[in-house]
Amino acid sequence: MSIEVKNLNKTFNGFNAVKDISLKLESGSLVALLGPSGSGKSTLLRMIAGLEIPDSGEIHLTGKEATYVSAKERNVGFVFQHYALFKHMTVFENIAFGLRVRKQGEKEIRDRVHELLDLIQLSGLDKRYPSQLSGGQRQRVAVARALAPRPEVLLLDEPFGALDAKVREELREWILRLHEETSVTTLFVTHDQNEALEVAGRILIMNYGKIEQDGTPIEIFDHPATHFIAQFVGETNYIDTEVAEIGLAVWGPFRFSINPSLTVGQKIRIYFRPHDVYVTEQFETLQVKARIKKTRFKGTVIEYLLDLGDGKSIFAQVPKGVALASGFKDGQDVYAAITAFHVFPL
Amino acid sequence: MTKETLIVSLKGPNSVSPERALTEAPWVRRTLIGIAILFVGLFLIMPLFEVFASALDKGVDYYFTAITDPMALSAIKLTLVAAFFSVVLNTLFGLASAWAITKFNFPGKNLLITLIDIPFSVSPVIAGLIYVLLFGLQGLWGPWFINHNIHIIFAVPGIVLATIFVTFPFVSRELIPLMQEQGSDEEEAALVLGANGWQIFWKVTLPNIQWGLLYGVILCNARAMGEFGAVSVVSGHIRGLTNTLPLHVEILYNEYNFTAAFAVASLLTFLAIVTLIAKALVGAKYKDEKVILPTSLESEPTL
Repeated sequence: MSIEVKNLNKTFNGFNAVKDISLKLESGSLVALLGPSGSGKSTLLRMIAGLEIPDSGEIHLTGKEATYVSAKERNVGFVFQHYALFKHMTVFENIAFGLRVRKQGEKEIRDRVHELLDLIQLSGLDKRYPSQLSGGQRQRVAVARALAPRPEVLLLDEPFGALDAKVREELREWILRLHEETSVTTLFVTHDQNEALEVAGRILIMNYGKIEQDGTPIEIFDHPATHFIAQFVGETNYIDTEVAEIGLAVWGPFRFSINPSLTVGQKIRIYFRPHDVYVTEQFETLQVKARIKKTRFKGTVIEYLLDLGDGKSIFAQVPKGVALASGFKDGQDVYAAITAFHVFPL
Repeated sequence: MTKETLIVSLKGPNSVSPERALTEAPWVRRTLIGIAILFVGLFLIMPLFEVFASALDKGVDYYFTAITDPMALSAIKLTLVAAFFSVVLNTLFGLASAWAITKFNFPGKNLLITLIDIPFSVSPVIAGLIYVLLFGLQGLWGPWFINHNIHIIFAVPGIVLATIFVTFPFVSRELIPLMQEQGSDEEEAALVLGANGWQIFWKVTLPNIQWGLLYGVILCNARAMGEFGAVSVVSGHIRGLTNTLPLHVEILYNEYNFTAAFAVASLLTFLAIVTLIAKALVGAKYKDEKVILPTSLESEPTL
């Protein structure tokens, strides 16, 4: 039930879609492959499924070499972004397909399909055709169809990409519950970081055909390994400056204590999240003066554009309750401090 | 004054009624529709009536004698044989080429697509001549076949070959765009689910293209039965042996046997009408399938 990939490479017409990727997925894990479009994540997934053949490298499924094994022999479940349901077959026949081609008995097929229909909560809809289902229902049928032959791994390629925001959120919950119930090793591709952070126990972030970071959602969010991840995951401010003296960088009124191994004069970029900017009406220690230039309502938080003077400004986010209690408004003078940040040499 | 113009005039000279905003003035529409109907009537409907009228000129008995004449029956038989072979072989070829072109990438793919169209761009007479040049007495392979007592030109095989050539593109031309539009997602899904190539073709691909395929077969069949030029060159016009229906019509006509010529022609016309109806029925079904039905159950909870 484990997936292991070693030094995988794939080139399309001179474009390196996947560059020397190695990874290992433990049995029963739920892992997200996150990255912008064109980062090679779908190609990697399709190679694991056997829908693309790697130029070099190895793929092992459940400890067995499977690099050149045909997709039909790999026993993986694959869910496509646009469902790829068989449109001339009923829901029942769609789910039964993988069992029928394996020549299973009629009774076994019926029992398994009904078991899966219960699992995806579409019990009454077995006689419907895909065109008579909503997008969310179609995708659940696609998942059931993939699970029917009891695959060793389940691969999902942007499974919720074609659905609207509300349905996506519901399906995220659903896929988590499904994974708890079936505990089949699952790898899903997404470009939606919220989806990855919420659903997966582990996230692999891909960019330009390489894995930039491999970690838990918290590690990824709080300890980005590279520039790319600092910018790509979550909202962030970034400022460019240089090392002023050993262990210190200065930008506008802010002073940052940094890694003393960086040499003086080294150009650096400092990333910090808007919610890590601490804003108050009254001065507290280590805060600097700022003025609220613009207010933007973002649901659970309120975002302020803080003017630091000298043409410099940063974004700060304050929980709505705190913001309303403080009565911040445009043009008001406030005090700000940056409580967490990450420094990357340029 | 019609209701429409009344509304316009009430609104003042510069305002337009909602219908008018989307279409042309009534006289423009009427004139265009009128011209279209006139042309269809003059050039399509009238000749059709003329065919049946002339066929029945000497009465029903004469009509049936003309079409049950042994020569006519032999022509019908040969036409059916030629149509049968071209439909079967071109369907197989159409499926194979459409499959290759839409599911695989290979060098020369565009060249193949262009080559498939050759029979459409070459005059049927030339198509016939090609076979004479290949299999005729002075032809490239002709002497070899004749030495082995296999007659192709001025015989049934030549007619079948020429018919296959002119009807070559119908099925593949119909299937290639359809299969390109459908992509390979369903086939990939079936493959990952463990289906082999045969199962994928019968259970996934064929049901998705069945109406388009049938549409192509109908067109292929109609052309195969009606082909004149190419068949005329290779046939040799041996009555009772190498005459197809269109050739038989020509011979009767040249012998000033107009009523019999039209009687046999009416068979071909009848076939054309049947084809047209079949085409309309299949076409409607085919269109239904291409349109992705709107989700009719949006009101139901999605989870």
